[in-house]
Amino acid sequence: MTIDWQAFTLYAAITALLGGFMIGLAAVWLAWANGRIAGISGILGHLIELMVQQKREAFGWRIAFLLGLLAAPLLWMLFSALPASVQQTGSIGLVLGGLLVGLGTRYANGCTSGHGICGLSRFSLRSLMAVGSFMTAAIVTVYVLRHLLGVSA
Amino acid sequence: MNRGLQWLTAGLAGLLLGLGLILSGMANPAKVVGFLDVAGPWDPSLGLVMGGGLVVGSVGFALLKKRQVTLLGEPLNLPVSRKIDIRLILGSVLFGIGWGITGICPGPGLVLLGAGIPEGVIYVVSLLAGMALYSVIEKCRHRC
Repeated sequence: MTIDWQAFTLYAAITALLGGFMIGLAAVWLAWANGRIAGISGILGHLIELMVQQKREAFGWRIAFLLGLLAAPLLWMLFSALPASVQQTGSIGLVLGGLLVGLGTRYANGCTSGHGICGLSRFSLRSLMAVGSFMTAAIVTVYVLRHLLGVSA
Repeated sequence: MNRGLQWLTAGLAGLLLGLGLILSGMANPAKVVGFLDVAGPWDPSLGLVMGGGLVVGSVGFALLKKRQVTLLGEPLNLPVSRKIDIRLILGSVLFGIGWGITGICPGPGLVLLGAGIPEGVIYVVSLLAGMALYSVIEKCRHRC
């Protein structure tokens, strides 16, 4: 294994760690203030189901949370340009990937935030199994795409 | 009661999470795939994101364990399931494949949508379609 020192600079390491602190803090804050898990797929998925069932009373905090997430890049842009976001796949990949992520996270009841940050922070074995499964699947997928099929961004 | 405050605290959590995702590099699919690509030149950054999140998270959640009610006086509603089954594992594998293809997980997807990046729009629409597909499949399974 070789380290990509061009990508893994001191600046990248510090912002990664600080960003991680903020993500952890946001998760703890939502649990402390609202008693809820900051899991994006769970919040989004439950919102869709509540809409179908027309249970409006549980809408509010979920919509507020999602609006906060959507507003983050806009707030950022008030002060500075957004960091580069280099896409890895075209429209077909985005559609296929989005569908798989939507379907999979509903079956698994969580994604990187819910199982990865909240679940592991609470030492949940269930979340550890989920994280192990999606990390392995993601690493294998990237390996197959990049090194076996030769697909590159 | 407290409804407005609940919305405010939840909105702040979403905002802080979103800013953290942008700062950390999670909203850059190239960075995410650079971490997942262990066979190529490897970028360990995302390990630090995870590590930073878990340090704050584990201390925070440990402190919360002793509390019965939230800051706003509502009951704490944290998951209690310990079930490890085929749904959990297969669902996570499907998620991992989608994450590997795009380099985008749900949180960063919403951030990219908020930033008005076209790929974010396509991703989030597909994500919602995938979630709706789950609801349809589960509804059919219960009926048939």
